[in-house]
Amino acid sequence: MSNTYTEEDLAKNLEEQDYKYGFTSDFKSDTIPVGLNEDVIRLISSKKEEPLWLLEKRLQAYRAWTTMVEPDWAHVNYKKPDFQAISYYSAPGQTKKYESWDDVDPEMKETMKKLGISMDEQQRLTGTAVDFVVDSVSVATSFKKKLGELGIIFCSFSEAVENHPELVQKYMGTVVPHTDNFYAALNSAVFTDGSFCYIPKGVRCPMELSTYFRINEGGTGQFERTLVIADEGSYVSYLEGCTAPMRDENQLHAAVVELISLDDAEIKYSTVQNWYPGNKEGVGGVFNFVTKRGLCEKNAKISWTQVETGSAVTWKYPSCILKGDNSIGEFYSVAVTNHFQQADTGSKMIHLGKNTSSTIISKGISAGQSQNTYRGLVQIHPGADNARNRSECDSLLLSDRSGAHTFPYIECKNSTAKIEHEATTSKIGEDQIFYCQQRGINEEKAIGLIVNGYCKEVLNNMPMEFAVEAQKLLEISLENSVG
Amino acid sequence: MLTIKNLQASVEDGAEILKGLNLEVKAGEVHAIMGPNGSGKSTLASVLTGRNGYEVTGGSVDFDGVDLLDLDPEDRAKEGLFLAFQYPVEIPGVSNVNFLRTAMNEIREYRKEDRLSAKDFLAKVKVAGNLVELSDKLSGRSVNVDFSGGEKKRNEIFQMAMLEPKLAILDETDSGLDIDALRIVSEGVNKLRTKDNAIILITHYQRLLEYIKPDFVHVLSDGKIIKTGGAELALELEEKGYDWINEEITQ
Repeated sequence: MSNTYTEEDLAKNLEEQDYKYGFTSDFKSDTIPVGLNEDVIRLISSKKEEPLWLLEKRLQAYRAWTTMVEPDWAHVNYKKPDFQAISYYSAPGQTKKYESWDDVDPEMKETMKKLGISMDEQQRLTGTAVDFVVDSVSVATSFKKKLGELGIIFCSFSEAVENHPELVQKYMGTVVPHTDNFYAALNSAVFTDGSFCYIPKGVRCPMELSTYFRINEGGTGQFERTLVIADEGSYVSYLEGCTAPMRDENQLHAAVVELISLDDAEIKYSTVQNWYPGNKEGVGGVFNFVTKRGLCEKNAKISWTQVETGSAVTWKYPSCILKGDNSIGEFYSVAVTNHFQQADTGSKMIHLGKNTSSTIISKGISAGQSQNTYRGLVQIHPGADNARNRSECDSLLLSDRSGAHTFPYIECKNSTAKIEHEATTSKIGEDQIFYCQQRGINEEKAIGLIVNGYCKEVLNNMPMEFAVEAQKLLEISLENSVG
Repeated sequence: MLTIKNLQASVEDGAEILKGLNLEVKAGEVHAIMGPNGSGKSTLASVLTGRNGYEVTGGSVDFDGVDLLDLDPEDRAKEGLFLAFQYPVEIPGVSNVNFLRTAMNEIREYRKEDRLSAKDFLAKVKVAGNLVELSDKLSGRSVNVDFSGGEKKRNEIFQMAMLEPKLAILDETDSGLDIDALRIVSEGVNKLRTKDNAIILITHYQRLLEYIKPDFVHVLSDGKIIKTGGAELALELEEKGYDWINEEITQ
């Protein structure tokens, strides 16, 4: 298909793109003092030149947040962030992190090399100040033009607020209300930016939409807000994240992602997450506390696919509300934890409509001294006739000191439901590695083979280029982890 | 091809098992190593292939001019050493075909040969599969998963046919096989013999040696080879038992 603009094409184009990261002093160097209160919120809103209705929403959320208590039921241990010690706003372009390539962590350089990321791309991803500025046609322009012809809107959240306020107002907060949980409330109050996507009725988006592209525009914020709306009969495949290790001084990442699939529409949302996981002693690392949820109307479908290898602590349950009859929700996940990482992740499938079905395939891999927890909820409401669910949660233990835990919850209030649940726990034995070695396959490749076999079902649900990257990433995350 | 001189090895942090083993294997030859339980047969296979858990405390192993003990297990394999495991392990999720293709390409890369095209690879799979009557069982299945004992052993020989090693060690390949399986495996092995490769058969029983005729039979006892003979030695052992040899030696 000569028209398909693949991830590869995009990556190649990005290499030639304008570098906005730079040592120029044209940017307003804007940071506000640390702390959180209503004044800070008003300041954020005014700096972003937001309309009043959005400021109101933020304040509402903030007020709710102050009454909430930070949850601590997850199977994770971490030092709670001090919310008054965070600065909640920094001007765009403040994403430069390193003065020179020499300052970049050699381990990070090594990882990116192994992932096959070009030198230019490595520099861009680490936010290294680059000496030259490439004056070429901005890929952003040509990309958007193509989408624009189809009526597809793909832009930053801030741009959407400015250019498509009616859409934002209509849908924002309908899937994840600010009252949903502590971090969603915080996000709703102080979100910085994120992605917005709208696919018009009957349109099949011809290319994978990638936030890879967006990372370049504004860097990643601590409190990202993403809204994807697929109007009736439309289709979109959306990619979030990238395999390159993302270093950030901001320890807390509390994003909110809302997906809305109207009648007969389908959203495929794939995530590869490799936030800095902390060092081998477990010091530092990002806390990734995300609320992701999708709403399906009649005959609609939402499928979440994720490969999580990073972050010191991961806490997320991409979920589907199967509101419309015949709607389908899917969750495919590979969560890897190594060294001292902790993950408490899974999915919630809420069956409301009739003849709905959901699938949960969760593959946990724990190495080092990490803790990997699956937590899932399958909820069948009284009106959800003929609901179907299949859940499979598998754990692979790679070391004697790592832990795998499973907390599956099933709440069924309709007797016509069919629910299947399966769980397995296994180890990669030394014998299996030796068998591979004796056939000429070294240990690293052997683990790669075995882990890929284990994760096949999940990886097969990702767009191919993304899956290939994810595979490489899995191999690298698990180096030196058996035994 | 293989020269083992005075090999001494012990279990890691444990007892000495091989106490000065000597063995010479030339291209084109089939050697059988027999001995009672605990004599060191598995240890020998493990030490030669580089399995974890053993420590070489003395002696040397030369494999066609290469210091075998100096190499990682995967490099020993790439040099042409193959082990047909006594207890082949299962690897769920990894398909037989993918596994073998990866192995073959690693070995071919090492030997500076071109990777096999998918077409040529599958043609080889068919031929090798037919050799051990395993063709229809392989595709779509993970390595050794849901294979019967006999099928696992045949899978070992199938892999041997695909990888074409210089020296193959068959570690008690006959254990757990019924007569038909034994015949299939043996016929397969015999078809793979050339004047350029060599085979070491590790076995308890003479039965296998009816099908795969050895050039030399060695008796391993208490970590050393104490007697070497032709194929008829195996028959004598069958008749008289291992104690007979020990008695003969002490005289």
